[in-house]
Amino acid sequence: MSSTNRTVVVTGIGATTPLGGDAASTWEGLVAGKSGAKPLEQEWAADQAVRIAAPAAVDPSEVIPRPQARRLDRSAQFALIAAQEAWKDAGYVGKAGESPAEDGAAHVDPDRLGAVIASGIGGVTTLLDQYDVLKEKGVRRVSPHTVPMLMPNGPSANVGLAVGARAGVHTPVSACASGAEAIGYAIEMIRTGRADVVVAGGTEAAIHPLPIAAFGNMMAMSKNNDDPQGASRPFDTARDGFVLGEGAGVLVLESAEHAAARGARVYAEAVGQGISADSHDIVQPEPEGRGISAALQNLLDRNDLDPAEIVHVNAHATSTPAGDIAELKALRKVLGDNVDHMAVSATKSMTGHLLGGAGGVESVATVLALYHRVAPPTINVENLDPEAEANADIVRGEARKLPVEGRIAALNDSFGFGGHNVVLAFRTV
Amino acid sequence: MAATQKEIVDGLAEIVNEIAGIPVEDVQLDKSFTDDLDVDSLSMVEVVVAAEERFDVKIPDDDVKNLKTVGDATQYILDHQA
Repeated sequence: MSSTNRTVVVTGIGATTPLGGDAASTWEGLVAGKSGAKPLEQEWAADQAVRIAAPAAVDPSEVIPRPQARRLDRSAQFALIAAQEAWKDAGYVGKAGESPAEDGAAHVDPDRLGAVIASGIGGVTTLLDQYDVLKEKGVRRVSPHTVPMLMPNGPSANVGLAVGARAGVHTPVSACASGAEAIGYAIEMIRTGRADVVVAGGTEAAIHPLPIAAFGNMMAMSKNNDDPQGASRPFDTARDGFVLGEGAGVLVLESAEHAAARGARVYAEAVGQGISADSHDIVQPEPEGRGISAALQNLLDRNDLDPAEIVHVNAHATSTPAGDIAELKALRKVLGDNVDHMAVSATKSMTGHLLGGAGGVESVATVLALYHRVAPPTINVENLDPEAEANADIVRGEARKLPVEGRIAALNDSFGFGGHNVVLAFRTV
Repeated sequence: MAATQKEIVDGLAEIVNEIAGIPVEDVQLDKSFTDDLDVDSLSMVEVVVAAEERFDVKIPDDDVKNLKTVGDATQYILDHQA
């Protein structure tokens, strides 16, 4: 196969999410239909209109030693935890090129290794906390680590340093599509021959009074403060906005040749990405899903993917009134009757919306759905929106088995403020 | 009251432990911040600011580059504390 069209596979997964501190516990929570949402009990939450969120199930301070943690933004801490899990899961140990030969660890040339980790907002808690330090304690007390902590490429750079990536370290930023765009970028790096292995995903840590107030004032978040676990309800008629989540999801992507040569376990093929931009509004989704349709069409045009094989969609579906339906209309428009055999799941009903982390965590969920042949449920759908019912088969309440035989494929949709649309496709091998 | 040499070394040990995670007993007069104690240039700024506060001393940026070892810093604080 030519160096410009190489097959890419997933050989490692890692996550730290509102449902669990690793990919396995996150998956268990997803299949069980658990919600990670909770009341915000911090003092600052008292006068917020939104007083619920989905915090990470395992605080990163329990995992990362304090001297290291104090120089990493929370978003970089999540990224590092998920990346190290994925890296180990793929069979790699320590920095590329440095692992001792006798321990059986897999080998990758650092010059052929990349890292692409994205977030939507970057080190927002660091920026705001250090501004508080500046105001309250003065110039001298502002941490000298502030800049590397708040820069949006911080998570990517720290993951790149941890694994020894020298082929390129990148940070695509496209709001809530960032994590998916990172994985799409990584697939292209491998497909076009720039790298053999890329650690890729998304992270976010924005549970802080300013983002909560700002998203709340945009009317983007659920104000169902009395029922945190029932607040994120994609496709339900009573949906009133998303619940903010935090955490990270990371994949190790690898050229099929590289994975085969070292006898790696392969979770799925990363078939490719479809991308478009709405050119409609800075925050409102285009109501008919025109941009989403274009991304789906782009995916089909540029990749060898048979819509008949697609049996599962991890929808973007954040639980906002307009966005959820536009997405389903686009699926119907581009994929036609094939949508009838697709189990559509909105895992944000359980994890909340991890913004730039969503594409990473939901790619982990999509890959595991194929690997285990199970579609996680959409919880909290009590009254299915008739427009949702008319356009797609929503997996409601309980997880659903996917076809046990044959090659199956799944999509992961991610869309972001600014009109960014990214659709990733994965397939069993 | 001015701090004694022992009090300064103990204080620096606590600061270095907090910032770099080095055990307090490893922080000795002859140890280099960079080579022995895992304190890089950015973390050195943190050590200096914490030491200024603890020992009521001003350490201008131009003087920081001369503080290679725990002994250098201890002597500087002994000489300059209020």
